[in-house]
Amino acid sequence: MNTASPTMRTFTLGLAVWVFAAVVPTLLMSNYHLFQLTMVVVYAIAILGLAILTGFNGQISLGHGAFYAIGAYVTAVLMYQYNVPYWATLPVSAIVCAGVGFLIGLPALRLGGLYLALTTFALAVAVPQILKVNALEDLTGGVQGLVIDKPDPPFGIDMSADQWIYLFALGVGGLLFLLAWNIVRGRTGRAMMAVRDHALAAEAMGIDIALLKTRTFALSALYTGVAGSLGAIVIQFVAPDSFSIFVSIYFFVGLLVGGVSSIAGAILGGAFIEFVPNLAESVSKAAPGAVYGIILIAVMFLMPSGAAGAIGSLVRRSFRLGTKSAQLRATEVGGASARNVSAAAGVAHGAGSDAGGSSGL
Amino acid sequence: MEGVLHQVLSGIASGGIYASVALALVMIYQATHHVNFAQGEMATLSTYIALTLINAGLSYWIAFVITVVVSFILGVLIERILMRPMNDAPVLASVGVFIGLLLIINASTGWMFDYTIKTFPTPFSGGPVLFSGYVSGHELGSTVVTLVVLIAVYLFFRHTKLGLAMRAAAFNPVSSRLVGIRVGWMLALGWGLAAGIGAIAGMMVAPIVFLDPNMMAGILLYAFAGALLGGIDNPLGAVLGGFAVGIIENLAGAYLVGTSLKLTVALVIIVAVLVVKPSGLFGRTVMSRV
Amino acid sequence: MSALLETKGLHAGYGETRVLHGIDFSVEQGGVTALLGANGAGKTTTLRAICGMVRITGGEILLANEKIDGKATEDIVQRGVAHVPDGRGTFVELTVEENLRLGAFLRNDRVGVAEDFERVFGYFPRLRERYRQQAGTLSGGEQQMLAIARALLLRPKLLLLDEPSFGLAPLIVQEIFGIMHQIRADEGVSILLVEQNASLALDIAEQAYLLETGRIVVSGLAAEIRRDDSIRRSYLGY
Repeated sequence: MNTASPTMRTFTLGLAVWVFAAVVPTLLMSNYHLFQLTMVVVYAIAILGLAILTGFNGQISLGHGAFYAIGAYVTAVLMYQYNVPYWATLPVSAIVCAGVGFLIGLPALRLGGLYLALTTFALAVAVPQILKVNALEDLTGGVQGLVIDKPDPPFGIDMSADQWIYLFALGVGGLLFLLAWNIVRGRTGRAMMAVRDHALAAEAMGIDIALLKTRTFALSALYTGVAGSLGAIVIQFVAPDSFSIFVSIYFFVGLLVGGVSSIAGAILGGAFIEFVPNLAESVSKAAPGAVYGIILIAVMFLMPSGAAGAIGSLVRRSFRLGTKSAQLRATEVGGASARNVSAAAGVAHGAGSDAGGSSGL
Repeated sequence: MEGVLHQVLSGIASGGIYASVALALVMIYQATHHVNFAQGEMATLSTYIALTLINAGLSYWIAFVITVVVSFILGVLIERILMRPMNDAPVLASVGVFIGLLLIINASTGWMFDYTIKTFPTPFSGGPVLFSGYVSGHELGSTVVTLVVLIAVYLFFRHTKLGLAMRAAAFNPVSSRLVGIRVGWMLALGWGLAAGIGAIAGMMVAPIVFLDPNMMAGILLYAFAGALLGGIDNPLGAVLGGFAVGIIENLAGAYLVGTSLKLTVALVIIVAVLVVKPSGLFGRTVMSRV
Repeated sequence: MSALLETKGLHAGYGETRVLHGIDFSVEQGGVTALLGANGAGKTTTLRAICGMVRITGGEILLANEKIDGKATEDIVQRGVAHVPDGRGTFVELTVEENLRLGAFLRNDRVGVAEDFERVFGYFPRLRERYRQQAGTLSGGEQQMLAIARALLLRPKLLLLDEPSFGLAPLIVQEIFGIMHQIRADEGVSILLVEQNASLALDIAEQAYLLETGRIVVSGLAAEIRRDDSIRRSYLGY
């Protein structure tokens, strides 16, 4: 009889995957493939940020590319203009993006569903223009953008820069995923989901919705912003036109295809948006968009919980697992979950007025 | 002062285009409570179709009419095939489908017509002509065309039986069924009309901004801003909003923020409206979002 | 006299929930049938089932001997069934005039429609006064009149009325039921009346059925049910 709890099982599984990912590709893969894998990690983190906001908290964002861009530019500017070491830019980026996320989260409180989607869409369309603004050209490099140096492995360790960046990204990613998993599993996560499913009921049970939603926005922006920073470091280049509306759209596609409220799904989504364009582009320049669109629509019709949801159901059916682990859980898109509301009641009673009980951002 | 007049008149011309697209958005929103994120791409595709017809030798206005009809049909088909199942789906799923549609149409347009920028002809001759050089021939012509379209749509909805049925179906589908209206087809017609209007908008704007697969992205943004400003459930308001955005955008671009930041103006309008008065200047429904 | 509407063993419900468990009743040609019962008995569900607005899971519905169960609402309406739903179903954003025009949507005979407009104003003069007003600004009673007028403009064979007295002041209810007596006398339309207010309903109906949790527990002539003390006390509460 397996005595390990589902949580332990999930944690062990995640850890094993992470260790495997750290060791095997680093030793076996070429630099170019490692680069691609690194981008998978970067996108996975970005999509995880979106999952936190949209999947677990129900706030639809079509503009997360904006945070990705902010994070990328914070890193690039600090490295290029001020010679800040690459790793030190991450915490700064995190704070800046969290702050911006919180600020955007405030007016977003008034909006729901469609209106928020619309506004974030507008934000995303405006981003390249904002980045090209003449007044900031000295800082941002204007239309041409900025080129930054590739970091070298520390302490003179004998590995290629690509290998090091991969491990670095994996390290940051592992930490962020672990953090997200903890938050989602805990009281904050339940409060988030309660607000998503039954906002009125959640409020009646004492959850401070405004605070929760803005903090979720901040957290979500932090994740995608850090991803942007990593992305800038990996690609070594930022320019306004790299951050068009399509970045936001592709994150959205990756989220829905991978599994909208699934942590593991973010990884699937990241892999999806890294590899699909590569494969599709060999057909024609237009193919990636069409493939995304077709798969997205197919997923919406056939598997609304995305790949993670489908895999999760398959696994549960094959192994007849009784409880869903948090990592493979894929709650229905927008489906009501009374379970979360009553579970969140524990949040209200236990934690007083502060529903975001866990060790915050 | 002259400069202001010129900007205002130009703003009215572009405002006419924004108003048309805003109207298309509001029509679909009223009927389905969905925002058609793919509206811009559909209009772009229509414009390419028009260009193909013109290049094949057809006269401008014949190509124009055929394009509008074809767009209408495409709109109806999209609604019947894709959107019908999404009527009761959660918001996220329907947004997903709209974004998917956006991607597919955008990609198809790029694939069929490649990504080079193309010029699009205007049937309205020449450079700054009228009102002592404040308005170009095309700006005047395009304003007239969009006004004609808007008035025609208004008359259709107010004074025809079919228009009344479509409004009824948008407001109250259940009661509409009870008087014998085929609600599904009303929705499809609404989509067709919206697609047709979008096509006209595309053909009017293409001569100014040149034609490429991403032509309508900015226009869509201004249209959103106009629709929200006027009231997203109010067609007349949306039209007025579209014109207002055109004028504001031009004036702000000329005197406040420079032309390179015009899109940001749209963004600011959107945020301002949603924060200050979400139902827009003339809208009726009040959003109660927790 | 033959039945215009007949249900046989009708089962219906919403999704997983079964509401009607096999009911049989009929509406005579030109007659008024009352469907009574408490809240949740299934009265509204019955009307919705007749109109194709609710899933029918068993049994059948015959309109003039034609099976209409499973047909779409629009098709049933086309066969001459006008439903005044609970909550009245007014198009509140549209004007009184537009509401009425929608009632006549399926009709092509302009002269006939014009005549019917006049007749309807005869029953409800207030609607002529408020002709261009937005329907949402009308009082509850006026909206009920508008809803009935709209239904009449279809020139229906069968009129379904769902709780016309609901939420209205007693005086207005009296007025409306008074007009309904008139309509019933003049129009020759068959009426299926769902009501919680049993005495009003029994006053105007010939046949009556009593629904309790999805089953018919009492059926018969309205006059007899009205006279029967035990039924009145145990089921109708007065």
